[in-house]
Amino acid sequence: MSEPRGAGRAGGAEDVRAVAVELATAAGGRTLSYMEVCGTHTMAIARHGLRQLLPDGVRLVSGPGCPVCVTAIGDLDRAVAYARLPEVTLATFGDLVRVPASRTTLAEERAAGADVKVVYSALDAVDLAVAVPEREVVFIGIGFETTAPTVAAALIAARDRDVRNFSILSLHKTMPAPLRALLEAGETPLDGFILPGHVSVITGPEAFSFLPAEYGVGGVVAGFEPDDVLGALLALARQKAAAIENGYVRAVHPHGNAVARQVMDEVFVPCDARWRGLGEIAGSGLALAPAFAAFDAQERFTVDPGEPLEPAGCRCGEVLRGLIDPSDCGLFGRRCTPQTPIGACMVSSEGACAAHFRFRDLV
Amino acid sequence: MSDRILIGHGSGGRLYRDLVHDVFLARFSNPELDRLEDAAELRLGGRFAGGGEGRPGGDPGAGAGSSRPRLAFTTDSHVVRPLRYPGGDIGRLAVAGTVNDLATAAARPLALAAAFIIEEGLPLAELEWFTDSMAATAREAGVDIVTGDTKVVERGLADGLYITTTGVGEVIVEHEVSARAARCGDVLLLSGSVGDHSAAVLAARGEFSLQIDVRSDCAPLWSLTEAALSAGGEAVRFLRDATRGGLTTVLCELAESSDLGIAVEEEAIPVTPPVRAVCELLGYDPLTLANEGKMVLAVGPERADEVLAALRAHPLGRQAARIGELVTDHPRRVALRTAFGTRRVLDMPVGELLPRIC
Repeated sequence: MSEPRGAGRAGGAEDVRAVAVELATAAGGRTLSYMEVCGTHTMAIARHGLRQLLPDGVRLVSGPGCPVCVTAIGDLDRAVAYARLPEVTLATFGDLVRVPASRTTLAEERAAGADVKVVYSALDAVDLAVAVPEREVVFIGIGFETTAPTVAAALIAARDRDVRNFSILSLHKTMPAPLRALLEAGETPLDGFILPGHVSVITGPEAFSFLPAEYGVGGVVAGFEPDDVLGALLALARQKAAAIENGYVRAVHPHGNAVARQVMDEVFVPCDARWRGLGEIAGSGLALAPAFAAFDAQERFTVDPGEPLEPAGCRCGEVLRGLIDPSDCGLFGRRCTPQTPIGACMVSSEGACAAHFRFRDLV
Repeated sequence: MSDRILIGHGSGGRLYRDLVHDVFLARFSNPELDRLEDAAELRLGGRFAGGGEGRPGGDPGAGAGSSRPRLAFTTDSHVVRPLRYPGGDIGRLAVAGTVNDLATAAARPLALAAAFIIEEGLPLAELEWFTDSMAATAREAGVDIVTGDTKVVERGLADGLYITTTGVGEVIVEHEVSARAARCGDVLLLSGSVGDHSAAVLAARGEFSLQIDVRSDCAPLWSLTEAALSAGGEAVRFLRDATRGGLTTVLCELAESSDLGIAVEEEAIPVTPPVRAVCELLGYDPLTLANEGKMVLAVGPERADEVLAALRAHPLGRQAARIGELVTDHPRRVALRTAFGTRRVLDMPVGELLPRIC
């Protein structure tokens, strides 16, 4: 049995504080806004209270990198409509179960009798389909380049095993596109990006090279430890000219993971996708390639999800665009809490609102 | 709030608390239940015992300090999937869970009752295996199972085996041990590492293909608690085993019930490397994971060192640690100081634990 150590990262605490001091020097009193794109970074920043270590003038804003948060409400309504079909077992990652769709949640549908099963991978959903041949198993595919290859692998397995009662609703999205959309919109003044570590493992840092080339904005690929995050901020503050740097060399290869991309390309084709808060972004989604059309839930089932209704007063869209901090929303911490979430960003553990609420300082 | 029971209502966090308040307390309210301790106190001849002064209808002679024996009374239903996991099983859990609830009232276990709901088709050998485990755990805790009940339901109406245990214990101290008795300046002690039980059960379910070496901490804690009470006497003011909802839930409940603030040091809270790895992988917070063999104590500062030494001298408390204290700042709130000197609030977890997606 291994010896426990403190719940914090005792080994790195001195380093982290030292980086914070260097960051203050590098920032030199400038006003700098950096966006952490990935929800896992949002969580890490909030959990370790890293905002409290930032020098005056340096601001961190959360971006559109929480897969649950950016799922459009109309797409959630479609998932609910599938769950209500008597022959369907809906298989989903757990986070989606509590997200409010227009009129209900999957958790409420489950309590009312719908067959909703939480799975931990797409392959589990394929196994579930094999185990219940009399049911139609529909898997809700969400997530970015991190998740899509595993879903693609599961679909290949389903094809090879001739599993005919399995299909997916592909709500997958790809990463660089929303950053371009944010910069094109120009609403959010940004001096740089903390780029998503897990996504970059697949895409490689090169996928983000358009940021300095076309918009003059730099980015640093970062891991998820506190010193990774502060180190990325320090590297950004020290950039003389905008560039993409890899601060996560222990996991991210310069060219990413070509095998994973190949699997994705076999199963998916790019499509336009709706993002909560950002609207429709051309080429930012993944639809099933024609060879896998038989596994497309949208081909297999006809449903009427109804008109999407955005929750009144919810400012998730502005949070996802980095325009406001979660606490600027009138619902935050009052009507909208992790227990009674109104917007998706309060549900997912990676959501900016949930992270800000759960890990807030004493006020 | 949903108009149906959701899985999250059973997870020991905020949804569960609201259910208890809005449904059960609203209908069953009485002074003993309203204390919301893990065990109720009863007294032969008087109705309620715990800290009874000034209670309408209470027995004025029945408060702490009177010479009549005080009984602790508690019940707990056990449902766990899978029924067996490294370090424990539903039988051991059923005995230890109730013994530990009695221990939080400073009560030596006197007798247990066990009720079984069995799904048609359960192999008899399985039932014998789990009852062997119960018998062994009861011997370890020094208590007998003196009565019971058995029901069999049709296949599909239960998940193998559910066990409910009810326990009676004798309170061995004169003073009140409860969240309300905690005072500003009291030191918070934790009897060992957190999250091991949840991590072991998660790994045993096989859903994450986790290859980790972690065992549930499931154990009856009476002898450990008795050692702490011997060392600390009246300075031991609060005892609570950190089960569902984890350490965070215990701290939040203590802050609310005591009307005091709590300051804890993240670095002081023991977490084993495999549990930390599971948390990193799945996005869980070790402080909200369930334990089945960890006691949280609030002890007057004058005896904290002695109690900590007594815990560490016990086989189940070797990694006991001093994790924080009760303060007058930020009443009813729990503040965690991180390794980096930053600070954040600890909130009661909301509902079921869900792994992160990416």
